[in-house]
Amino acid sequence: MNKVRFGHSAIPYLFLLPQMLIVAVFFYLPAGEAVRSSFYLEDPFGFGSTFVGLDNYRDVLSNAEYRRVAIFTLWFTVLVAFFALAIALVLAVKADAVLRGAKTYRTLLMWVYAIAPPVAGLLGIMLFDQHVGPIVKLAALFGWDLRVGVNYHDTAFAMIVTAVWLQIAVNFIFFLSGLQSIPRSVREAARIDCRSGFRRFWTVTFPLLTPTAFFLVVINITYALFDTFGLIDLMTKNEPGNNPVTLVYKVFLDGFRGNDLGGSSAQSVILMVVVFVLTIVQFRFIERRVHYS
Amino acid sequence: MAQVHIDRVSKIYSGTQRAVNDISIVIPDGEFVVLVGPSGCGKSTLLRMVAGLERITEGTISIDGRVVNALEPAERDIAMVFQNYALYPHMKVYDNMAYGLRNRGMPKAEIDQRVREAAKTLELERLLERRPRELSGGQRQRVAMGRAIVRSPKVFLFDEPLSNLDAKLRGQMRVEIRKLQRRFGVTSIYVTHDQVEAMTLADTLVVMNNGVAEQVGSPLDVYKRPASTFVAGFIGAPAMNLIDADVSDDGSAATVGGAVIAPLEHSAILEPGHAVTLGIRPEHLRRAGANEKAEIELVVSAIEILGADTLAHGQIGAGGPGKSNLIARLPGTTRLEVGSKLPLAIDRSAIHLFDRETGRRIVSDKASQTEVTPRARLAAV
Repeated sequence: MNKVRFGHSAIPYLFLLPQMLIVAVFFYLPAGEAVRSSFYLEDPFGFGSTFVGLDNYRDVLSNAEYRRVAIFTLWFTVLVAFFALAIALVLAVKADAVLRGAKTYRTLLMWVYAIAPPVAGLLGIMLFDQHVGPIVKLAALFGWDLRVGVNYHDTAFAMIVTAVWLQIAVNFIFFLSGLQSIPRSVREAARIDCRSGFRRFWTVTFPLLTPTAFFLVVINITYALFDTFGLIDLMTKNEPGNNPVTLVYKVFLDGFRGNDLGGSSAQSVILMVVVFVLTIVQFRFIERRVHYS
Repeated sequence: MAQVHIDRVSKIYSGTQRAVNDISIVIPDGEFVVLVGPSGCGKSTLLRMVAGLERITEGTISIDGRVVNALEPAERDIAMVFQNYALYPHMKVYDNMAYGLRNRGMPKAEIDQRVREAAKTLELERLLERRPRELSGGQRQRVAMGRAIVRSPKVFLFDEPLSNLDAKLRGQMRVEIRKLQRRFGVTSIYVTHDQVEAMTLADTLVVMNNGVAEQVGSPLDVYKRPASTFVAGFIGAPAMNLIDADVSDDGSAATVGGAVIAPLEHSAILEPGHAVTLGIRPEHLRRAGANEKAEIELVVSAIEILGADTLAHGQIGAGGPGKSNLIARLPGTTRLEVGSKLPLAIDRSAIHLFDRETGRRIVSDKASQTEVTPRARLAAV
C-alpha cells in the first residue's frame, strides 16, 4: 500500500474526526455510562443513585436465573450459527452447481434477504402462529402440540428455526460469491486429480472457502447474540415469564421492565467483555488456520 | 503413453453453435501435437473435451483404445497444465503434487519417491515446503509441470501453459517442456495461439479456425505448403502476403488489373480468368538487381528495421484496381525512404496459389505429394 505523508501532523486526525465522533457518541459514551451505572443502585423512580461497588456484578453472577439464561444463550447461539451456516453452505454449493436457470434459482434463494428483517421476522412468527401457522398444523399432524409463547421448549424451537431462516439468505450470498471466486481452473485441476466430488469438496473447495466461512462465523455469532432481539420480543409476546430469552433480551427486561438499571448495566458490561474476548479468540486462533490466497 | 484417437468430434453449444466441427485426428503414441489458431477457434474446447472437462456433443475420443466419452476427468489417466497454473493455493508445493496420487490410494512411500523425483527433475527441491503464493510465475509453472509428471499419465494436456510468463522465461520453459516430453515420451496435446511455440514444439501441427482443422501436418510442411489462405496468413511472421489475382489468357501468369505480376507453373489445371489468390512470403521477395526485371514495384509506406533484417511495408498497383498491401523482408539494414519505389523480384518457386473462392491451396503437380508425411494425420473419414 502507498504511504501518504502529510506536511502537518494534525491533518490525518482531522480526516478521522467524523468517524471518531460517531464512534464516541454512539459507542464510547453509552458504554462508559453503562460501566458507571453498573456500580450504582438506581432509584426505580429516578430520584438518585447510591454507589454500591461490585454488588451489582455479585448479584448478577450469583443469580441462578442469570445462569440459566446464559446457558440458553450459549445453546441458542451455537445452534443458530451452525444451522444457518450449514444450510446456507449446502444451498450455495447446490446453486453453484446448477447450470440451467442458475440466475433465477439464485435470485429465489436470495429473496429473503430483500425483505426487511422485522417483516421477515413477522412472517416467520406467522408460520408458528397458534391458530393459522402452517408449521403448527404440520406439527399437529405428527401429534406434536406446538405451543409457541407458552411452552418453553416449543418457543425455543420456533425462535431457533426463525432465526436460522432469517440468516440463511445472507450466508447464502456470501458462500455463493465465495464459491464463485474460486478459480474455475483450480476446480478443474481438482476434477482431474480427484474422482470423488465429496472428497474434492472437503480437500479443495472448502479450504478455499475458509476466509468466507471465518467471516461468516463471526457475523453469525454476533447475529445470534444481538440481532435476534426483535425476534425474541415478538415470540415471547412480551411475556418472558416461562419463555426462553437471551442475555441481551434479559438486559432489556431487567433494566426497562424490572427497573433495575444498575443490574442491567452490570449485565451489559459482562456482555461487552464476552464480545471482546470472543473477538480476540476468533482472530487469534481461527484466523491462523485460514488460508488467504 | 498411448494413442489418442479423436473421431469426428463436434461440440455444439445451445443447439446450433458449433465450437468444434467434425474434427478427426489420430495422434500416435509419444507424439507432441500442437493445436494452434486464433482465439475462439475451438482449440481449447477440443483439448478440454479430451480432458473430460467439456462434454463431447458428437463423435468419440479414445485414449489407448478405450473410448473415454463417459469417463470422469480423473478416470482418463491424463494430466493437464493450465494457463494460470491452477495450483491449490492452500497446499504446499509437495501436497500440490501429491494430491492426485493420494486420491488414487497410492502408498505413501511411492508418492514420496515420485514427488521427490519430479522435484529433482524440475529443480523444485528447495521449494517443496512453500505455498504457491510464495513462488514466482516460473516456479509455479514448474510446480504445475511437476503435478502433471508425478501422475505418469497416458497423455499430457497443455492449455496455453506459457502465456502468463514473460518473453524470456517463456523461451526457456518452451525448451524445457520439449525436453521433458521427449524424455518421458508421453503423448502430448498442446494448445497455443503463439505460432513460435507451435512451430518449435510440435511434431505435428493442427491449425484450427472456426472449429475446423484447416491443416494437419509437420510444422515445416504447414509453413511451406499452407493448405488454405487462413493457414498461410496465420503461420509465419510477418504474415504471408496475399494478393488477389487472375489467371492470364494463356494461363502462364497471374495478373492484377491486367498487368502480369507473377509467372505461374500451374497452367495445366487452371483455366484463363480463374480467380486466384497469390501467396508470397515477405522473405521470398527481394530487391531486384540493376539489370534484372522487377516483377512488382512497391511504394514504400513504412519501414521497420529489425537489425538482422528490414521490413518494408507498402502498396503495389497503387491507384489501379489491383491495389494491394505488401510486406517485403529485406536482408540487413537496407536503406529505404518512405514514398520511394522499390523494385522487387519474386522467387518463382516460392509462390503459393489459392483458389480465391474456396480459399484452398491449388495443388499443381505431384511434387507436393513426395514430401515427408507427418505421423499424425487427418483420419480417413
